[in-house]
Formats: sequence, C-alpha cells, structure tokens
Amino acid sequence: MVVYLLGRLTGILVVFTIVSMLAFVLMHSIPGGPFDEEKAPLPPAAKENILHKYGLDRPLYEQYGLYMWSALHGDFGISFQSPTETVVQLIARAWPTSMQLGGMAVLLAASIGLTAGILAAVHQNTWIDYVVTLVSTLGITVPNFVIALWLLLVFAVGLGWLPTGGWPSGGDSDFKALILPVVTLALGPSALVARYTRSSLVEVLHAEYIRTARAKGLRDHAVVLGHALKNALIPLITILLPQIPNLITGTIFVEVIFRVPGLGKFFVSSIYLRDYPMIMATMLLVATLWSLTYLLSDVLYTVVDPRIRLFGKTT
Amino acid sequence: MTTTVAAPPLIARTETLARPPSTLWRDAMRRFSRNKLAVGSLAIVAVLASMAIFADLLSPARYDFSVLVDANQFPNGRHLLGTDGVGRDFLSRIIYGARVSLTVGFSVQAMALCIGLTLGTLAGSFGGWLDYIIMRFVEVFTAVPIWLFALFLISVWRGSDAISGAGLINVILAIGLIGWIDICRLTRAQLLSLREKEYVLAATALGATRLQIARRHLLPNALAPLIIAVTLGIPTAIFTEAGLSFLGFGINDPLPSWGKMIADSLAYVRVYWYLGLFPTLVLALTMLSFSFVGDGMRDALDPRLGERR
Repeated sequence: MVVYLLGRLTGILVVFTIVSMLAFVLMHSIPGGPFDEEKAPLPPAAKENILHKYGLDRPLYEQYGLYMWSALHGDFGISFQSPTETVVQLIARAWPTSMQLGGMAVLLAASIGLTAGILAAVHQNTWIDYVVTLVSTLGITVPNFVIALWLLLVFAVGLGWLPTGGWPSGGDSDFKALILPVVTLALGPSALVARYTRSSLVEVLHAEYIRTARAKGLRDHAVVLGHALKNALIPLITILLPQIPNLITGTIFVEVIFRVPGLGKFFVSSIYLRDYPMIMATMLLVATLWSLTYLLSDVLYTVVDPRIRLFGKTT
Repeated sequence: MTTTVAAPPLIARTETLARPPSTLWRDAMRRFSRNKLAVGSLAIVAVLASMAIFADLLSPARYDFSVLVDANQFPNGRHLLGTDGVGRDFLSRIIYGARVSLTVGFSVQAMALCIGLTLGTLAGSFGGWLDYIIMRFVEVFTAVPIWLFALFLISVWRGSDAISGAGLINVILAIGLIGWIDICRLTRAQLLSLREKEYVLAATALGATRLQIARRHLLPNALAPLIIAVTLGIPTAIFTEAGLSFLGFGINDPLPSWGKMIADSLAYVRVYWYLGLFPTLVLALTMLSFSFVGDGMRDALDPRLGERR
C-alpha cells in the first residue's frame, strides 16, 4: 500500500509537469498578449520594455524553465491584472472565501442528494420517485445563474427575507447572506447525487442478498442503509468526490451575482487579460486538487469494496 | 440410459426447447415497450429531433430575420412566443436553436462515449500499469480548462474561415475532449469492482479473454450509472456551449442555441420574462424525456426486475 501511494504521489508530480507544459504551450499559442491594448496601444519602445521586464521576449522554453525554477522556490510571479500583489497573495486572499462557500455547498448537496436519491429508489416507480426525477432533472437542466437570479428576485427583492449579496466578514456580521449563494451552488450537485444514488440503489435493491436480509426480518431502514447503500456507493464516490474540488475553487456566476469576493472571477478575467501567471497558478492548483481527489476516491473504492485491488495480481 | 456415471454427458438437457431462447436485448425491448412513460418520452425525443432536422420547413420565419418595429413583443397571434430585442420571431429561434443544441449535445456524448468507454474498459479490466497511465491521462485532461482547448482549436482553424460551421465543430471538439472523463471514470470504477466477482472467475476458467469478459459480462452490469452519465451529459454539453459562446469562443450570432438564449435572457428577466422561460422549458422537456428514456432503458436491461413484475 505504501509503495502504491508513493507511486501515485509520483504520478501527481508527473501530471503536474505535463499540465504545466501543456498549459504553457497552449496559453502562448493562442493569439493576443497581456499588453496588447486595442484602444490605446503602447509605444513600441515602452511595450518592449514591459515585455522584457516580465521576460516575455525570451524564447518559450526559456520562459517555461524560468517559471518552473521560480515556482519550485515558491514564487509564482506577479498577477498582471493586480500588479500590487503576487499570485500567491492574491490566491491566499480570495480562495478561503470560495473554500467556505464551496465546502458548505458540498455538505448541503451531499445530504439533500443522498436523502432524495434513497427515497426515490425505495419507492421506485411511485409518485415520490417521479417527483425526485422531475426536480433533480430540472436542477441539472436549469443552470445555476438562472437559479441564482430567480432566488434573488423571490427571496431578496420580492419577499425581502434575505440580503441580496455580500459576504459576512467575520464577527457579528449577518450570516443570512450565506444562505442564497450556498443553496444556489448546492442545487445542481445535489440533483446529480440524487440521480446517481437512485439508479445504483435500485439495481442493488433487487439483488439476492437484499431479499435474504429482508427474509431475516431486518427492518427496512437497516436493509437499505446497512446492506444496500454500501454496495451502491462506487458510482456515488466517482461522482460526488470531484464536486469538492469543483465547488471549492469558486464559481464565476454565483460569486458575481451574490457579490462574493472569491476566486471564481479570476478564472475568467485571467483568460481575457491573458494573465499568464494567474492562468498557470489556478491551473496548477486545480490539477493538484483533482489529482488528490482521484487518489482519495481510489482509496475509498477499496474501503467500500474490499475485493477491489488497485495493485498486484487480480484473480 | 446409455450414459455411465463415470462419463457424465456434457449437455445435461437433451429435450428440444419449446421456444427459441430469448436474448437480453429482445427481452429488454419487450420490457421497454411496456413502460408507458419511457415510450412517451421517446416519442417526445423523436419530435424534438425532427424539429431540429426540419427547422427550415417548420419555423414561421428565419431565425435571423429581424423586424425592428416588432421588437420585444409579448406572445401574441402573429408571434406565438413573442419576439426578442431586435424583433426576431422567438418561436423560430427556438426551433432553429434545437438544431445547434441537440447537435452539440448528441455529438459530444457520442464522442465522449467512444473515448470514455474504451479507455474506461481498458483501465478497469486490465488494471496495473495500463490503469495507471490512463488515469494520469484523465488527470491531465481534467486540469486543462476547456476554454484553453477551445481557443487553441480556434487558432488552429484560423485561415480556414471559409469552412461553414467551423465554430460548431470547434465547440463540439473542445467539449468532447473533456466530456469523456466522467464516463471513463465511472466505467473503470464499476469494472474494478465487478471483475472480482465469481462469474468472472468462472468465465476466466472457461478460457475467456479479458476483453471478452469485459464486453459480455462486465459492461452489461455497469450500465446503470453510464446511462445516467450520458443523459446528464447532454445538458452539461449544451450549457458548456452557452458558456463558451458567452466568452466569445463558441457559436456566433445570429445563429441561436438554447443555452445562449437562456444566458442572453438574463438581462431582461424582470420585464421580458418569456425570453428566458421558453428556452428553459424546451430544454427541461428535452432533459426530462431523456431522463425517463434512460431510466426506462436501465429498468428494461435489468433481468432481475423483469421476473418480479
């Protein structure tokens, strides 16, 4: 197991290197640069100076080498869109907010999704099942920016129960501001979880060992939660775990609509502004988080189903 | 009795069968046709698909024909679903939008299924170093954001603007390059668990190769989450297209798509609410139909379920 984990961690380093190279090449191959002003172009000499300052006039492999060398020393450069702080400072400022928002959304999504999915599977082909399918399909079909606007119109503008946005800055501030963004963010993933829970649980509920468990006289919830759910977990782990890196790295629409000062908006603004250091940093952050999540889900597979062997000979 | 105890017959039953053996697929077809909800949903999918194919014949006006005087009309007799901000008939735009959205949804899922199922099966049934390499490949593709692929494809296609529909192909390729990841991971995870079952051991003992086992024994048992992944992948693809178009890397105006129409409607949500409502409704109807067809297929393919009914 230790050898396997070491192998996987080496794998993460390899992926890290490939992603950084791929991103670097793709990023520079697309037209446009960070200092191409359409309306007020810089004088050629000034532009040359700026490009020289950031090393953008060097050949690509040299730029990549320099970037990786400083990255290994913890220096990820200075963001072009916010030149007063380093990329690391910028992420350290914006990411915790996205992490809190995303973390709460993940917890909410998992609990709603699991409950709804289990109810639908147990009452398969009854009205409960159809309502869950209907609502969860709508939850996936209607994009979160539309849900955000409608929730805002109803609960903040219409009924005036909740604030329209903002983010509690600690202390005695109003935590009601959290409700709308967290709910908006959680709806899609919870619908996803509900659909997968229902479909894998339905399959398991028709297996012979469930009939045996019922024949033994076990209570319904003991059969479903104790015997069936555990065997339906593998697709769920596959789908639910990636929602964690997905949600905690921030989402552009929800953060903009509810004025949450998170990381989400930098993903899009970095594209427009060709903010190379920021693009690289966010991408490497995402790569690391996802690789770790995949590793965690592989480990969880072996916990849920001890027959699964990730290494060594299979039967 | 001519056989002896020492040499038992290989074929235990020698009497002729009353009827030819029914196959998995024939049984599934029969069970599916009994499921009214699923059959009805399939009919709706067919209607929507023909709407996309025959858009030129069905729509009352061209999608790009604008009459500025008629701008922002609520649904009325002449324009059944009203008009948009520059006076284009909204019903026509929804009908033409079906073309782009369904093409994107189907093509992306077809691409995703081809790549995802192949790589997932290889990783899941062979395991070991092949699994290791395929999964690192998956991680690389997860990390590189989709707009980077889209932008790169656009810059590759540059200079060949003469090709019509280059924007659409870009979008499909870019989304398809990412869209297979979930299918691949689900297939692999299911196979990792299923390949340790007793019936695989039995099949191996009979001399079946790994790929034969995967095709005949493992994949049919791994279908349930895959069906969900494919049906839910369609709206995801449709909205990714809308997102890319919103960033300017996708399909350009005046060509309509449902995702783009929903995104565009946001600015008018408090006054011209119907602009967002109608595309959301058709998209929701499409997705509901796909979900019920998917659930029906899953139920139909489960032989254990059939005995109980």
